Amino acid sequence: MEFDFADVQPKLLMLLYGLIAFAVVVGGLLLLLDAVPSYFARRHEAQLIAAAANGAPLPRRRKPREGMFAFFFLLPAVLLLMIGLVVPAIRTTLLSFMDGGSRNWVGLDNYAWMFSDSSIIRVLINTLVWVLLVPLVATAFGLLYAVMVDKARFESVAKSLIFMPMAISFVGAAIIWKFVYAYRGEGQDQIGLLNQIVVSLGGEPKQWLLESPLNTLLLIVIMVWIQAGFAMVVLSAAIKAIPADIVEAARLDGVTPWQMFWQITMPSIRPALIVVVVTLSIATLKVFDIVRTATNGNYDTSVIANEMYNQAFRYGQNGQGSALAVFLFVLVIPLVIYQIRNLRQQREG
Amino acid sequence: MTTTTPTLPAGAQATGKTTTTAGRVRKRLNSRTATLISIVIAVFWTIPTFGLFVSSFRPENEIKTTGWWTFFTNPQFTLENYQEVLFGRSSSSGQLANYFINSLAITIPSVLFPIAFASLAAYALAWINFRGRDWAYIAIFALQIVPLQMALVPLLKFFSTGVTLGGVTLMPAWDLVDEQKFAQVWFAHTCFALPFAVFLLHNFIAQLPKDLMEAARVDGATHPKIFRTIVLPLITPALAAFGIFQFLWVWNDLLVALIFAGGSSETAPLTVRLAEMAGSRGNEWQRLTSGAFVSIVVPLIVFLSLQRYFVRGLLAGSVKG
Repeated sequence: MEFDFADVQPKLLMLLYGLIAFAVVVGGLLLLLDAVPSYFARRHEAQLIAAAANGAPLPRRRKPREGMFAFFFLLPAVLLLMIGLVVPAIRTTLLSFMDGGSRNWVGLDNYAWMFSDSSIIRVLINTLVWVLLVPLVATAFGLLYAVMVDKARFESVAKSLIFMPMAISFVGAAIIWKFVYAYRGEGQDQIGLLNQIVVSLGGEPKQWLLESPLNTLLLIVIMVWIQAGFAMVVLSAAIKAIPADIVEAARLDGVTPWQMFWQITMPSIRPALIVVVVTLSIATLKVFDIVRTATNGNYDTSVIANEMYNQAFRYGQNGQGSALAVFLFVLVIPLVIYQIRNLRQQREG
Repeated sequence: MTTTTPTLPAGAQATGKTTTTAGRVRKRLNSRTATLISIVIAVFWTIPTFGLFVSSFRPENEIKTTGWWTFFTNPQFTLENYQEVLFGRSSSSGQLANYFINSLAITIPSVLFPIAFASLAAYALAWINFRGRDWAYIAIFALQIVPLQMALVPLLKFFSTGVTLGGVTLMPAWDLVDEQKFAQVWFAHTCFALPFAVFLLHNFIAQLPKDLMEAARVDGATHPKIFRTIVLPLITPALAAFGIFQFLWVWNDLLVALIFAGGSSETAPLTVRLAEMAGSRGNEWQRLTSGAFVSIVVPLIVFLSLQRYFVRGLLAGSVKG
């Protein structure tokens, strides 16, 4: 029951170094950009004076060097992106054609393995189920809730309740739901809410997270629980942006709320709907934390991102891990292209 | 579209009135079902967290043998779980206070660096004329689609073995030990955050009025001066929006921390520790419940107090991909 400050000191010191580095790098860069041009300006001025005194022809003032400013403004970001993202992504692509120790070229072996190994096929199927279900269900709940609480009393409080899980880490959410799914043997008091409900309805308690394929669905519930808030906020903003005169005109025409929803609301928020579904699909493809925390990928629940971590960082199979990462990338590309085209149309339209 | 029709005959008006009355009744019914549905959803969304919260204050024996809902018939309250999970001496207790500090030490620089670098880059892409500007913007924008899984293996190798090109060492291995590993995590988080950060901040900075910029230029202000004195104060809301995003992202991240910070109590953040506890001590609910709340409380405070900015950022830039 003690808290040792000596353990913490080096960490705080390191944090301090980090902050100093930040101040030096950013402040130094700005200072440099301030000082250098004014130095040149002063030198130019001195040259002018000297030239005037000598009666020599005046030196021409060079054009302001926009390019130099752009270079220094972009330098840190571009450098970090090259080191941290571009080069590694290219190397990962190359690694995916090499063996586990990254020594010999093996051609397409890793990809062949991916589509023939039965446990990996299971992983791919699971990922497919995730990507099909999470965006649809989360968007449906988000939309339903956004429509229901629109212009209701306590709207902002009601929205905060649904939105709150977005602030909770996937790890925290996984623990919260593991507790809901907790299991105690038959005859004992249940401590998990789900089993308690089942028991009080006369059923038998189950070890929910051990039963495939039900366990994947129960993990999907966690993701839906987190992401519905995102869908709700974006869609709610879209609903509020529908011009009031359209709604008013429809109301005067005496449309039912049902018609209103399908004929006015849905067409108006279609672009936002697409953004939400695509964004959620991308996020779902990369889901890792939930699976790792709740089941560690056991009992047939693993997904691509989790398997990639296992292969590359636990089994030392860099080639197979990289192949999975590349496959993930390939899956994301069409979604993003669709997203960008959609956004551009919106901006033009 | 029909408008109000005062010239209608009396009969028609009467039927009109009945439909509106009927409409009103129906509307009230609808709003009642609407309320009911929204309450059901709201309860479903809140109950799991609430159950965990209540449990974290119950004595160990109670948590493990009875459901948290019995708390209301048999209230027993203790803070021991928190004491144990935060400051407990035994290795099984969690020692989350240490990891809490790690989370802070990881998160703060990982938020500051990308904000600074991205706003500089976004300004250059929006307001400095140079050749290839559009291409530079498109390239950075396009990098958003690279999943960070694509970068993990080579980036880790970059830290552990350095860079050699044709036998010449361009950069030695970082060889970081213990708390120095924070630097790796900052570096990784900053790299991964930049494409989205540049995109989001560019959206805001490009929308600043052109006249303002030109007036400043005419007055002889240089780009660094414009950036510091005009742009930065004007985009504070955008900086806040991105800052909250990045804060939640880094604080809640598991994957990057797992790989670049490792699992030791010197560097690992709360998420790594909790995931580990959930795996190895999955039935120690007295520690998991309180531990989960320790990790949730900071982002929740940040989120609730700054929700306005967060929502604005969310709507402005779709969301981190």
